[in-house]
Amino acid sequence: MDILLQQIINGLVQGSVYALVALGYTMVYGILGLINFAHGEVVMVGAMVALASIQVLLATALAPVLVFLLSIIVAVAACMALGYGIERIAYRPLRHAPRLAPLITAIGVSIVLQTLAMMIWGREYHSFPQLLHNGSHNIGGAIITEVQIAIVVIAILVMLGLMLLVHRTRLGRAMRAVAENQTAASLMGVNINSVISVTFMLGSALAAVAGIMVSANYGIVHYYMGFMLGLKAFTAAVLGGIGNLRGAMLGGVLLGLIESLGAGYIGPLTGGILGSNYQDAFAFFVLIAVLIFRPSGLLGERVSERA
Amino acid sequence: MRKIIEYKQIVTTIALGVLLAILPFVTDALLGRGWVRILDFALLYTMLALGLNIVVGYAGLLDLGYVAFFAVGAYTYALLASPQLGLHLPFWIILPIGSLIAGIFGALLGAPTLKLRGDYLAIVTLGFGEIIRIFLNNLNAPVNITNGAQGISQIDPIRIANFSFSRTHEIFGLAFPSVHLYFYLFLALTLLVIFVSARLQDSRIGRAWMAIREDEVAAEAMGINTRNIKLLAFVMGASFGGVAGGLFAGFQGFVSPESFSLMESIMILCMVVLGGMGNIGGVVLGGVLLVVLPEALRNGAGPLQQWLLGRTPVDPESLRMLLFGIALIVVMLWRPAGLWPSGVRRRELEAVDGIAQQEQDTVYDAEH
Amino acid sequence: MTPNTSPYLLELSGVGKHFGGLSALAGVSLHIRQGEIYGLIGPNGAGKTTLFNILTGLYQLDAGSFSFAGRAYTRCKPHLLAQAGIARTFQNIRLFANMSALENIMVGRHLRTRTGLWGALTRNATARAEERAVAERAHELLRYVGINRPAQTLAKNLSYGEQRRLEIARALATDPKLLALDEPAAGMNATETGSLKKLLQTIRASGITILLIEHDVKLIMDLCDRVAVLNYGQKIAEDIPQEIRRNPAVITAYLGGNPA
Repeated sequence: MDILLQQIINGLVQGSVYALVALGYTMVYGILGLINFAHGEVVMVGAMVALASIQVLLATALAPVLVFLLSIIVAVAACMALGYGIERIAYRPLRHAPRLAPLITAIGVSIVLQTLAMMIWGREYHSFPQLLHNGSHNIGGAIITEVQIAIVVIAILVMLGLMLLVHRTRLGRAMRAVAENQTAASLMGVNINSVISVTFMLGSALAAVAGIMVSANYGIVHYYMGFMLGLKAFTAAVLGGIGNLRGAMLGGVLLGLIESLGAGYIGPLTGGILGSNYQDAFAFFVLIAVLIFRPSGLLGERVSERA
Repeated sequence: MRKIIEYKQIVTTIALGVLLAILPFVTDALLGRGWVRILDFALLYTMLALGLNIVVGYAGLLDLGYVAFFAVGAYTYALLASPQLGLHLPFWIILPIGSLIAGIFGALLGAPTLKLRGDYLAIVTLGFGEIIRIFLNNLNAPVNITNGAQGISQIDPIRIANFSFSRTHEIFGLAFPSVHLYFYLFLALTLLVIFVSARLQDSRIGRAWMAIREDEVAAEAMGINTRNIKLLAFVMGASFGGVAGGLFAGFQGFVSPESFSLMESIMILCMVVLGGMGNIGGVVLGGVLLVVLPEALRNGAGPLQQWLLGRTPVDPESLRMLLFGIALIVVMLWRPAGLWPSGVRRRELEAVDGIAQQEQDTVYDAEH
Repeated sequence: MTPNTSPYLLELSGVGKHFGGLSALAGVSLHIRQGEIYGLIGPNGAGKTTLFNILTGLYQLDAGSFSFAGRAYTRCKPHLLAQAGIARTFQNIRLFANMSALENIMVGRHLRTRTGLWGALTRNATARAEERAVAERAHELLRYVGINRPAQTLAKNLSYGEQRRLEIARALATDPKLLALDEPAAGMNATETGSLKKLLQTIRASGITILLIEHDVKLIMDLCDRVAVLNYGQKIAEDIPQEIRRNPAVITAYLGGNPA
């Protein structure tokens, strides 16, 4: 019982990160029906670029807070450009190709990004400097750091901002229209290509923020960090109902909690047969179980075939 | 006209047969024995790709965790023919058992999940692949079954009725080293898998699979029991994977969870899609290319840079991965339907109708 | 299984279907006689395709039941209804685009044939004979519906009218007792509609009952023995075409106040 609160806190923090990344997957899927395999690497690039710019800026006399903020801006900008580039080069030409073709290019992009990162930044783990005061607080026996609080708060703010954008602005309306029916939307004067590009850039911006959060939380940056994270986030998006924004957020947070609680309690639950090293498998188990009973995910719409 | 085509086909087949028969020796002489081993792996992965082709290419089921069945087959073989459990059952028993168990896993996974929509099925199969890998990696405590990350080694090499494939044999005065023997064994089995695939493709079941791939709702409305037929594709694919897995274990003498990662599943999928989904020739091409090319890149990247730049700034392994990723992107952009898609085969068939077809088309164009 | 003693091949009793709060069908009761051509008309959104989807198992009904060929159904999977003898075409043409015209029809023969895994692998005499029979029947049906293109032409490369006819051929391949056609004349000009009418009459003459959703009023009036009119998910009339034309409720709801 004493670890419950700690596990919940950890789960919420991790879940916030998953949610941010899952949103990127779900937005792209909603509009293009495409699983953007390269998304996880964009997270990694965000972290790497932030680190690089921090290192550059620290050499100047700027205050740490400013360094941090500027680095975030640089990372977000870089990832938005990257997201835009990926869509233009690897996905747009294949918009009318067989469904699996963009999946393969996505895999190719993922490999290229990972390898480039490895070539540029090496295989080592880099430490992400602690720029801001990171005190920890004790809540009922569990510890939460200020970075972690910031992560959850920022994630909530970002998600609220995204919901506002999608539901209250003209752009958001265009995005939803394109997700519903591309042809009809274009006939109504919506510039499909622009909307798609913006969607990718938005998702990439969120990914960059997520990447920085993860690095700040764990203090390390590594060229391979995007892969597993991307996979889990995609799982979270599917769990919540792919194509559904609220689903992605719910899925992300839930997955974080499930993993955390699972890691903590798998041992006692299975009488010591399975340990926390089965944590990753546990998340997938839950996913399969949920989908069997709710085939469209938790918040996914029942797709009724209009024949 | 038809006689000429048939004659051409016979000659081509014989020529191909001769080429394949001498291939190990030629490769050995020109490139060294290591390359014959690479060809053996190419055949194994081609078998895998053909198995996945049934699932993805014919039935249109996106499986991102196919390597799980490869792993099940391999580990079954390893457990039944190594010091791990102290069992040393003969080849002709354990290979079918591995295939059967892989098929059972396929049924277990497929039964509750094949009803899911395409991309949901994709993530579920991916998850399954990961679950298998994680279990293989951790089933060394409390009871040591899989020996965890260290894997199982000293697996009995393949032996059929006292003919051991791990030794050099002299046949007709010619020395056949182990890798050559495995080549012929794998070639024979690959041809068998190709045969089975071809038979399935042009059959009632094959058509049902393709109907489901094209439009599942319409297929079901036409009376096809989609659930059972999809399950059949899935289980068949799984059992082929199991066979390849068993062969892999016997061949390599060693299995570990590392060989059965998500990247492997993705690689096999790339072989199918890149080669030409649904087309046997394309899938074989994809399988061979995606094994041979990375190896060629790995061996050539260093010397190539040396020759071009006078030094080796980029680690060959990274360069290989980078070029591979770029190749995936470039090939799909250039040929979205794959290098050798099934449409090409169809157009070749249509060409036999020739002139009559042309006349039809012109009349049609004039009318519309 | 008791033989069908009722003159009705298909009877719907109080069939209802709702999607969330929206009632797509409510209390629909229809009676379709064996061997007749029965039309189903109504404004868009009246529930006609929903009805089709229920009859072919794509949707499950929420209320009522229907009986087909003497058997009652409340919930049923599509392939079982096809096996029982209901075949359909789709409003938006759902052919197997990347398969040839011939193969599309051959898929229709699936449920009446039996070659399984063993037959596929061994190609024994039974399997070969069945395959030949399937191909022959498919060629026949191709000609029967009037498609003059090579059998190997991919379905997606056929003209619109040919695709519509191919869908009918595919449905016929299942040896149905009831052929349910969803707007088969949509997008056709007068000539094409004329030849479609002849085709449907030939099909009916061969003993197959036809259920037809259509907006082409002239086709309905010329072709159908009886017509039912749906509006907002409810049946507002079921009668011979001449009476339907004069029915005030129908005129208001559908024909727009102008008796044709």
